[in-house]
Amino acid sequence: MAKTMQFDLVSPEQSLASLQVTAVQLPGSEGELTAMPGHWPMITTLKPGILSVTADGQVLEFAVTGGFADISADGATVLAERAFEKGAEGRAAIEAELEQARAAAEAAKGPERDTATELVYDFVHLLENMQ
Amino acid sequence: MPSLKDLKNRISSVKSTRKITKAMQMVAAAKLRRAQESAEAARPYTERFNAVLGQLAASVGSSDSAPLLLKGTGKDDVQLLVVMTSERGLCGGFNSSIVKLARTRIEALKLQGKTVKILTVGKKGREQLRRDYGDMMIGHVDMSEIKKVGYANAAAIAKDLLGRFDAGEFDVATIFYAQFQSVISQTPTAQQIIPASFDAPEEAGASTVYDYEPSEEAILADLLPRGVATQLFAALLENAASEQGARMSAMDNATRNAGDMIDKLSIEYNRTRQAVITSELIEIISGAEAL
Repeated sequence: MAKTMQFDLVSPEQSLASLQVTAVQLPGSEGELTAMPGHWPMITTLKPGILSVTADGQVLEFAVTGGFADISADGATVLAERAFEKGAEGRAAIEAELEQARAAAEAAKGPERDTATELVYDFVHLLENMQ
Repeated sequence: MPSLKDLKNRISSVKSTRKITKAMQMVAAAKLRRAQESAEAARPYTERFNAVLGQLAASVGSSDSAPLLLKGTGKDDVQLLVVMTSERGLCGGFNSSIVKLARTRIEALKLQGKTVKILTVGKKGREQLRRDYGDMMIGHVDMSEIKKVGYANAAAIAKDLLGRFDAGEFDVATIFYAQFQSVISQTPTAQQIIPASFDAPEEAGASTVYDYEPSEEAILADLLPRGVATQLFAALLENAASEQGARMSAMDNATRNAGDMIDKLSIEYNRTRQAVITSELIEIISGAEAL
């Protein structure tokens, strides 16, 4: 079995990464998961969080605000709504997203409010992890 | 016959017009390259997205629990047309061709007795449609402040559309934009975005069995609204590239026409100058003879 697999991280505006990796750790909406070569084909949605990629023993980290991942045995493609490399620029953008999420949570009612509040926590958690 | 001075003035004014159109052409060429690059950059996302969405739609699509965004409201009485045009003119037939396509559709829908609503993106389309269909307009998205189209712009329009859809304001939404073929050809296109329509996936989706987390339905419900934004974003980018392409060829034509006009005026100027000299000579000679 191949030791590496093709990993692509694309957002609507650009392609952020395309490289051979040994493992990808994803913030799946049902929980964190790690995809390695030979993974069973699956599609999962993502929540805001840190996505880390291991390639050549080095770890690359990206912050994503949501989207979904298409994983198969020989590759993984992450289609992120917005994605940033760890850094000040991404932080500012995510803080803005957090504000929006907060406002949305304030406005939401009933069961939607829970999902919206959860989203706020995910963003807060993401920001903590970015430090 | 215009005097020499008039001709001279006209030549210099056409020359400065040519300078302007030449500059506009070059600016459009540079912007076109940038627009094409961003359209290029967006392509992988759109392709993968549509592939996954198409696959999901194929497996869930027929069931009763399918989201409204996919199967529609079951009616097509109220049609929303999203007409996407540019903010600026001087780009040849770009805006008119999009508006023309939209007009044809509006008339056809009116004949079928449907209710038509119009949402315009970009000032030029609104100006052209306002006179005849002003009462059908339900909104306008101003893009004049936006230098570079971003996903956030598309997401904002999508949010507006989805809000209206959830409120039951329309049954079917179609976007009108120009697909970029080349610098000299842009095809006005109508594309239905709500309910979502897909081309049949080329490769049989059944060959790989996917696990879905959470369930297929939940993923689909999550992805469909994003699909609307993605399609809008792709259309905005295509439109931006088409606009610059159309402007580039329009300005190229204008520059060439100005050149032709300068040639013609120069010949006329020279002829007039010769005629003036000749008549002056005749005056001098006949004056000398009279002495």
